[in-house]
Amino acid sequence: MIEARGLTKRFGDKVAVDHADFTVRPNTVTGFLGPNGAGKSTTMRMILGLDRPTAGDVTVNGRHYRDLPAPLREVGALLEARAVHGGRSAYHHLWCLAQSNGLPRRRVDEVLGLVGLDSVAGKPTRGFSLGMSQRLGIAAALLGDPGVLMFDEPVNGLDPEGIVWVRRLMRQLAAEGRTVFVSSHLMSEMALTADHLVVIGRGRILADTGMREFIDANATSHVRVRSPHLDRLGPLLAERGWRVEDDSDGAVRVYGATADQVGDTAGEAGLWLHELAGVQPSLEDAFMQLTGESVEYQAGVPGARDGQAADAATVAMTQPGGKA
Amino acid sequence: MTTTAQEPSAAPAGPAAKAGFGRVLASEWTKIRTVRSTFWTLLAGVVVSVGLSVLISLAFVSSYDQLPEQDKATFDTASFSLVGLNFGMVAFGVLGVLVVTGEYATGMIRTSLIAVPRRTQYLAAKALVLAALVLVVGLVVSFASFFLAQLVYATKNLDGSLGDPGVLRAVIGGAVYLTLIALISLAVGMLLRHTAGAVTTVLGALFVLPIIGSFLPGDWGDTVAKLLPSNAGGMLMTARDMPDALSPVAGGAVFALYTAIVLAAAFVSFQRRDA
Ligand SMILES: Nc1ncnc2c1ncn2[C@@H]1O[C@H](COP(=O)(O)OP(=O)(O)OP(=O)(O)O)[C@@H](O)[C@H]1O
Ligand SMILES: [Mg+2]
Repeated sequence: MIEARGLTKRFGDKVAVDHADFTVRPNTVTGFLGPNGAGKSTTMRMILGLDRPTAGDVTVNGRHYRDLPAPLREVGALLEARAVHGGRSAYHHLWCLAQSNGLPRRRVDEVLGLVGLDSVAGKPTRGFSLGMSQRLGIAAALLGDPGVLMFDEPVNGLDPEGIVWVRRLMRQLAAEGRTVFVSSHLMSEMALTADHLVVIGRGRILADTGMREFIDANATSHVRVRSPHLDRLGPLLAERGWRVEDDSDGAVRVYGATADQVGDTAGEAGLWLHELAGVQPSLEDAFMQLTGESVEYQAGVPGARDGQAADAATVAMTQPGGKA
Repeated sequence: MTTTAQEPSAAPAGPAAKAGFGRVLASEWTKIRTVRSTFWTLLAGVVVSVGLSVLISLAFVSSYDQLPEQDKATFDTASFSLVGLNFGMVAFGVLGVLVVTGEYATGMIRTSLIAVPRRTQYLAAKALVLAALVLVVGLVVSFASFFLAQLVYATKNLDGSLGDPGVLRAVIGGAVYLTLIALISLAVGMLLRHTAGAVTTVLGALFVLPIIGSFLPGDWGDTVAKLLPSNAGGMLMTARDMPDALSPVAGGAVFALYTAIVLAAAFVSFQRRDA
């Protein structure tokens, strides 16, 4: 169990984490979701006692991390995969960590086998690929068989097989009753892995809820429509007060209507449809909707932001119709 | 103590904390012996120290007959036989720096502190392991330099023995000096967290300050020059008092004091700063 209360971190003028309150519970994979620079890594560093909070407090199993007598037995963490001395072998890297917490040598062999690095255990880690480094970091996190696990972007650099492996591992660790806290900005990945979400944007906790509740509360379903008569259909739908946006490959998204209503409208006007489908919102939609205004580093491309894209699309949809 | 009925019970805090330091020492020993830079810097330190001690002794002996009487009179067999340590100390300083900056450069420091979040323990273990290693290698270097140089001096009947006044203290002093240099370098590395910056700072303090010191005018200039780090610390390797210098014991004490101050600063800053 991880508990943060009023957790705040300032770097000079910059507020990286702003009065964060959240609880990460056992038996669950809790996803820590936020755009780049939102404060995920900073929060994790504070949990681990690496960064000192400017204000507020965070505890693991009711204690400050620095007060844990053998922290690796209680908390396992992967922050940066490359946080390893490149000249040391994987085996010696894990062995010096194990020694510092009084863990037996046998655990080093066990975790090396678990992550599939036994064949390169004696090699210096500077020759490791990003994926291998990531596995070594996960091995280090599992070393003390801890009840609380934290991973910062664990699937970074992994191949598809590795991604599936990490996903299964997280789920298995949670099923064993452990507390699993995973940060990511890969939402599709998060949707498959996490049961609970803590969403952060510009240092503020925007949500701390179940996955399903989060999606339902923060995204709306839409109807996907493809038609050769979109130039006439678009204005008809807009007239009824439904929002129409461009979707990929020439289709449009209609918000505020059911698929039946859209189909009926087209039918009454004698317009053909090539596709008509109700679409459930994804985590990505919910996330974009919620963090749209709290994105730290916005791409300089017009329309990159959800809202702007929608405006542009609406204009594009209505103009040809107006001329017709 | 408050009641801890609700606390998830881990190992009891008292004994675990005590056993803890031994574990951290063992871990730091594994770390220092499992990177190649340790071997190479120590080898460089041994070769340069012993090699230059012998070479400079050879050069001295070959020109001995032409030396003025005054120089012959001030010949200190101990300090001359250890002269190479003044150059070899660079390698031991670099080792001290690398022990910490190697962790900062790679990000290993954060992995280390996740395993050992008590920073005082962590830094103390690092310093102790480094000191023990450099002291042992330093003793080898110091005694080897001394005995090999005596073989050279014997050709002019200038050789001394460990039993001569102050000689044993000077030879052991050489190892102590190298150990203190490694420790002060570790502390500088901890404060700067950057290999090149820390090595430059250590070299500047050991080699550039004495040059500046030699240009300082007047009595106060002499006093300041005596107190400069390598002028004071270098006295550890002399068997007897010399003019315009601190006594061996006082010089050693001054250098140890510098080391203690910089180490204390390193502990305090390490405790306060983010990793
Ligand atoms: N040591 C530091 N000094 C100054 N600013 C920092 C420091 N560490 C982080 N920041 C700033 O704090 C903010 C939060 O950074 P953080 O790394 O926690 O974000 P993040 O959510 O992990 O982002 P990402 O998804 O890119 O990893 C950023 O604006 C970052 O620039
Ligand atoms: Mg991050």
